[in-house]
Amino acid sequence: MAKAEQSGGQRSVVTTMLLLPTTLWFLLLLVLPLIVILVFSVGERGPAGGYQPAFTLDQYANLPARLKAFTNTLTLAPLGTILCLLFAYPLAYFLGVRASARAKPLLLALVVVPFWTSFLIRTYAWIFILGGRGIPALLAQFGLDDVRLINTPFAVLVGIVYGYLPLMVFPIYVSLEKLDKRLLEASADLGASPLRSFLQVTLPMSLPGIVTGCLLVFILLMGEYLIPAILGGGKVFFVGNALVDLFLQSRNWPFGSAVAMALVVIMLLAVTAYLYFASRGRRRADVSVI
Amino acid sequence: MSTIDRKTFMKLLWRHRKTGSLSRRDFIGLTGLGTASVVLAANMPGLLASRRVHAAELGDRVVLATWPNYHDPQNFETFAELTGVSSQVNVFGSNEEMLAKLQAGGSGWDVFVPTNYTITTYVELDLIEPLDLSKLPNFVPSAYDPRFTEPGTVNGTVYAVPKNWGTTGYVVNSAKVTDNPTTWKAFWDLTMGPASGRTMVHDYQLTTIGNALKYFGYSFNSVDPKELADAEELLLKAKPHLFAINSDYQPSMRSGDAWMSMCWTGDGSQLHRDMPEMVYVLGREGGEIWSDFYAIPKGAEHPEAAYALIDYLLDPEVNAREVMAHGYPSADSRTNDLLPKEMLNDPIMYPAAELLDPLEFGAASTLTDPLRAEILARFKAA
Repeated sequence: MAKAEQSGGQRSVVTTMLLLPTTLWFLLLLVLPLIVILVFSVGERGPAGGYQPAFTLDQYANLPARLKAFTNTLTLAPLGTILCLLFAYPLAYFLGVRASARAKPLLLALVVVPFWTSFLIRTYAWIFILGGRGIPALLAQFGLDDVRLINTPFAVLVGIVYGYLPLMVFPIYVSLEKLDKRLLEASADLGASPLRSFLQVTLPMSLPGIVTGCLLVFILLMGEYLIPAILGGGKVFFVGNALVDLFLQSRNWPFGSAVAMALVVIMLLAVTAYLYFASRGRRRADVSVI
Repeated sequence: MSTIDRKTFMKLLWRHRKTGSLSRRDFIGLTGLGTASVVLAANMPGLLASRRVHAAELGDRVVLATWPNYHDPQNFETFAELTGVSSQVNVFGSNEEMLAKLQAGGSGWDVFVPTNYTITTYVELDLIEPLDLSKLPNFVPSAYDPRFTEPGTVNGTVYAVPKNWGTTGYVVNSAKVTDNPTTWKAFWDLTMGPASGRTMVHDYQLTTIGNALKYFGYSFNSVDPKELADAEELLLKAKPHLFAINSDYQPSMRSGDAWMSMCWTGDGSQLHRDMPEMVYVLGREGGEIWSDFYAIPKGAEHPEAAYALIDYLLDPEVNAREVMAHGYPSADSRTNDLLPKEMLNDPIMYPAAELLDPLEFGAASTLTDPLRAEILARFKAA
């Protein structure tokens, strides 16, 4: 008895020790900075920029001045996520279901290889591909003059799909790879067409991968700064770009903090709603499989 | 195009990435650092011997915050050979960006290149180190045009020594835009007309707002809310017609994506040198004349290396190579004595007096004015 208690105590010490780094990480690098941002967001801009203590909601009242950045982010982030999903799913399906066991490691490596080069450099490459001497010059050969691609929302979407595709491919691939092929056989035996088997067996089974992939891509996209800065020419502005400006150019820390808080709140709402609907969808899907 | 070799590039890029700055102009500025090839005068054995002795106290690196296309990369190579100190170069798009980095702390810079109108603010905010001129024997005040040295001295203390001076005009690809514009009014009208989708403006409140103010004939430095409201209206009207908002416009001008851009003297020189159809225009209404300085931020990690680098770059021979590479005029008569005649007669570098007269030096108030800062940020986010 005493021995069991002792080992229980030991176990809880071990548990505490194991959780300590994560807890400290969250407190120091997430909770504390959030409190700082919250405090800053009710302050005032100092005379030469920066922050000076105050209590005012002026910064939040001024949020509509960045409305365009929010609407840009809230349209292009979901759109980019959906495009990533549409492009990633067939690839993940091929990798997980169709590719031969011998080819698979090579194909997976090919998806990873681009990561060996800096994301920054790969995104810069698109400046030249989408710039006047790239695709538009090619199109001009076919009589399509004056096509402008670089510094447009389209260019930003191209960059997003290009950069984020692997993040969507892998979770879906993992969920498809575990797919029990016997389920498909059963489905076919029971007279379902391939399309129906896909819609009622494969797709629901890969839903966890889709949910994870979309979440991963969407959350990162909401904070995206680099792609719009490089491929948007300072014209397609995300909230991330507005934040960089407020902190690193106009030095308006309180307003920047208010914009950041607004982004956090919007993200929380969006992700909560997404997870709620995703789990409801999955429950329905489970039922339909049974 | 660039004289930088592959090894240097990778080295610079790697260091650059470690600092974590990831904007387009950083990268292009780095790769495009200086576009001219300059023959190196390698016969400095005396200097070599004396410097090597001090190598130990200088450390092995120095971090420089400067502007795009503003140095001859070979000079940094030579400096590294002479002293063992390698220079890490960060480039910026506006003085506001530099100030913001210094205000936030932990910039890691040893030398930075502020423009005339910012120095009083740096002194007020205690972000800039007074200079020990005994460590800068190559700085001889009497050799300089005082107009371009005075802003470096605040309340009798020297905080900054002159680098170059220049003007802010605009560059036009005359093969694409054939209207021969001569004014800021024409710049904005062309932007919203025949050059729609082909114009670039700086990512910089001083010049972008200042040159929008000139459209209405207001002062380049105005902080009057009514005049600024007019400028903002013009900027918002012009925004859909812009190709980009970016202070590193050379790549887009060279590729033909952009036909017209707000432009500093040296970029005008470099573009015109490589592509004669590039014309540098100073708006007849006025605009900006400026001077840049070398300074050391408070708390620099490698102050001795910082002094060594500044002094090296102020050496007239080194400075002459810099000028030949970047095409910005120097205020140092010793440097100018070493420059070829045609350079000293170049109308881009030394515009006619009637074009220079209406130009204004940037005013300190524009740097700290919250409205100007917010208008630029709003314009970009619009």
